[in-house]
Amino acid sequence: MSNVFIAFQSNEDSRPLVDAIVADNPEAQVVYSPGLVKIDAPGRLVIKRETIEEQIGRPYDLQQLHINLVTLSGNIDEDDDQFTLSWKH
Amino acid sequence: MDKRVEKNKHTLHDLYAAMTHDLHWETTYQPMDKVFPHDRYEGIKVHDWEKWQDPFRLTSDAYWKFQGEKEKRLYAVVDAFAQNNGQLGVSDGRYVNLLKLFIQAITPNEYYAHRSFAQVGRSLRGDALRIATQMKSADELRHFQNQTHAISNFNKYFNGMHHAPQWFDHAWYLSVSKSFAEDAFSAGPFERLIGLSFGFDDLLTRPLFASLMSAVAHNGDLSAVSVGFTAQSDTSRHMTMGQEAVKFLLQQDAANLTIIQRWIDKWFWRSYRLMTFAAMMQDYMVPKRMMSWKEGWDMFVQKPGEALFAELAQLGLRKPKGWEQACDGKHHISHQAWNAYYGFGHTLAFHTWVPEIAELDWLSQKYPDSFDRWYRPRLEHYAQLHAAGQRLNNQSVPMQCQTCQFPLIFTEQGSGRWTAYRETQHAGETFHFCSDHCEEIFSNEPEKYSQANLASHQILQGQCYNAGVQENTAGFDRQAAVLDFCQIVQGHDNGDFKNSEDALNFENWGAGQDPQEAQL
Amino acid sequence: MTSIDLQAKEIKPTRNTFTHVARYIGGDKPATRYQEATFGAQPTQNFHYRPTWDPKYELFDASRSAIKLADWYVLKDPRQYYYATWTMTRARQQEAVEANYHFVEARGLLGRMSDEVRASACQVLMPLRHVAWAGNMNNCFIAAYGYGTALTAATTFHSMDHLGIAQYLTRLGLAVDEPGILDAGKNDWLNDPRWQVLRRLVEDTLVIQDPMEMFVAQNLALDGQLYPLIYGSYVDEHLTLKGGTAIAMLTSFMPEWHDECVRWVDAVIKAAAAESPENKVLMSDWAKVWSDRVQAALAPVAEIALGEHGQAALQETREVLNARTTKAGLTL
Repeated sequence: MSNVFIAFQSNEDSRPLVDAIVADNPEAQVVYSPGLVKIDAPGRLVIKRETIEEQIGRPYDLQQLHINLVTLSGNIDEDDDQFTLSWKH
Repeated sequence: MDKRVEKNKHTLHDLYAAMTHDLHWETTYQPMDKVFPHDRYEGIKVHDWEKWQDPFRLTSDAYWKFQGEKEKRLYAVVDAFAQNNGQLGVSDGRYVNLLKLFIQAITPNEYYAHRSFAQVGRSLRGDALRIATQMKSADELRHFQNQTHAISNFNKYFNGMHHAPQWFDHAWYLSVSKSFAEDAFSAGPFERLIGLSFGFDDLLTRPLFASLMSAVAHNGDLSAVSVGFTAQSDTSRHMTMGQEAVKFLLQQDAANLTIIQRWIDKWFWRSYRLMTFAAMMQDYMVPKRMMSWKEGWDMFVQKPGEALFAELAQLGLRKPKGWEQACDGKHHISHQAWNAYYGFGHTLAFHTWVPEIAELDWLSQKYPDSFDRWYRPRLEHYAQLHAAGQRLNNQSVPMQCQTCQFPLIFTEQGSGRWTAYRETQHAGETFHFCSDHCEEIFSNEPEKYSQANLASHQILQGQCYNAGVQENTAGFDRQAAVLDFCQIVQGHDNGDFKNSEDALNFENWGAGQDPQEAQL
Repeated sequence: MTSIDLQAKEIKPTRNTFTHVARYIGGDKPATRYQEATFGAQPTQNFHYRPTWDPKYELFDASRSAIKLADWYVLKDPRQYYYATWTMTRARQQEAVEANYHFVEARGLLGRMSDEVRASACQVLMPLRHVAWAGNMNNCFIAAYGYGTALTAATTFHSMDHLGIAQYLTRLGLAVDEPGILDAGKNDWLNDPRWQVLRRLVEDTLVIQDPMEMFVAQNLALDGQLYPLIYGSYVDEHLTLKGGTAIAMLTSFMPEWHDECVRWVDAVIKAAAAESPENKVLMSDWAKVWSDRVQAALAPVAEIALGEHGQAALQETREVLNARTTKAGLTL
């Protein structure tokens, strides 16, 4: 099964995103390199607004992830509550 | 009777349809084909434009909000970097040459992409897609301006950045980049969409803007890494647009498959060749090394590309024809390019050098199958020549590939030994290529590619001298005359890094990172 | 990082700015971000291929316009917008609109308006989504085929601004929250006789081929009358008096934006016309022809909006535009 991945600038704002992803995606692997944090997962990775809000203790608009996003790989599906990367094959 | 309107939360889905497709109307006073004259001639067939959706469903107000926030943060970093003389805190004076090549070869491409996608944004009939392409146009202007502003600070202290547009239009080695940008710009709107947003953005930008930028961070240039990372966040939208466009067009009409496949073959290959510059930067121009080009290729091109094409196989698409050769090239291209540009170092607007022994050791370790056999001995030989006062200075004019316009320095697939040459006839002339794939690109559109202005030909035809310069006069130095024409300042912009003005300044200013000190 | 003793070592810059920027600002002096972002950015020569989509021109070709300029960078933007300053300004404005939406929605102010006012607002404003959509296309045309970054970067921003307006009007329609509002507006746009003169004009602008004529027709003649009429005379002066303040709040971006852009539009027109008598004649002819057509096209719309007061309001708007046009150096 191919990996999907998402990478963020490594900073205070992206920390709760990374924590939320790890919480909701048990097979996710996180790798840090200077300035960058990259998260790989086999086949599917989901980012849930609710989990992020639990992390930061206030409302979160999923579109805010654009601010610290660097790159990603996979088919994207987004609505108000979650952002998913996946492969169908 | 007044009524109380109930608050009704609109989802992204509902909003998006109203905000895009619904703004459109079929014109009746002017024919639609006159309003949209350019979106039929490529042979692409679309039956229902509403089937293309932007997964991010970005509306204008969200665009302003998030892009404004990104710019606020970015310029705070760029300003702080400049105020703190950040240019003196980079690892090593050689690093600055990465920025020179960047502003010479990459930044102008951002400008072309900006104007190019303004045209796409006006040409296509589908409103949602047109909005996404217009956002890409604005984003690319952003990249051009961000890069210009960040490098502006370095430009004040170092050479080789002050006249990039001039060099881009005239210098022989930058025609690789100029012809790439103009190939896209002269193509139709669908080809640009597939070629640049998919072929380039989705397949090949990650190593330039993710792994290379991480290495830049490692070398202390907080300003450039911030520019690079935030640019790639925009490109993540562009590659998504391209990916969705490929799927959409393949699903719209069976006739689109052959056209799209041919464009993917072409643009993967041209983009791969352009990325040779990124390979050179990653392996040779970041003094404090992190990941090799080969490792970056595996992580950011090969693996995600394999996954992507496994997905797209369901729609009848295969991998680009040059895929295997490009993956084989990961062992070679950075070294081949550095070797070539080192030898032509006096004709470039950036410095070159032989890496230190510890750096050669790193390259040996990262490239066990190729470096020691094919490339290290040459570099060590150059070092010896330089030490003996005979620094290599190739006086010949390099032969360029008619399509990608690189000098013919690449080897056959699976070999580090045999330089690849191809040729073909068209309209009574012989044309030369670096590979089967560049030859095929030419043969599919010979009228287009035979127009190209190869700098090597122009130089030999005497078209690259300033007014009044004569070849057959005493003391004529062709290399110097061409440099003057290109406005590359001899002894400042070009030549070896050692004893350059940049190197001496860097040392006098006490710049650079203490190797003992901790890093990011 | 190695510490630097700035008193012991003088670290003097070798140059102030890029050579191609220095050329435009009178020498190697410190340059603004706007200047560095704009001057000399567009390639001008040595092109490798001709456009397959229009081979009679070069890739960047000033001859697409009948306007002749020795240097297209005279078309400077007095607002000095580059991407960062444009987006940050618009982001702040977007926050204000967001706050207005919260205010209006939390108090149900749209529902508290009379049915008459609400219906009038929708009747007038919903078809204008499509006019703004054409404004986006037309400025995108200039950004695509115009010459020189001073003009094309600013029209890129202007094109995105029109999209923003089209989407703000859409959002207003959705906020009114009656079924079929947007469809009714589109139906009027396509079929109601009172909107057809304007629609015909707008469609005629969509096929203009000269980027500078496009600039005059869209940004001076059309927007120069449409925005003051609708957001000045109609929304601010008429609707608010009848309890329609909520509409003014939710469309607050439009008049503010228009006022900001007038400086830029007039500066471009002035610089182009000042170059030569031929340019002045061309620009003046375009201004007269298109302004006349716009006024005629807006007459039925003014009547929908303001009833018997419509023509007077429109005439006043035209006179203000005439004054602007004359001040910018054109003869009408």
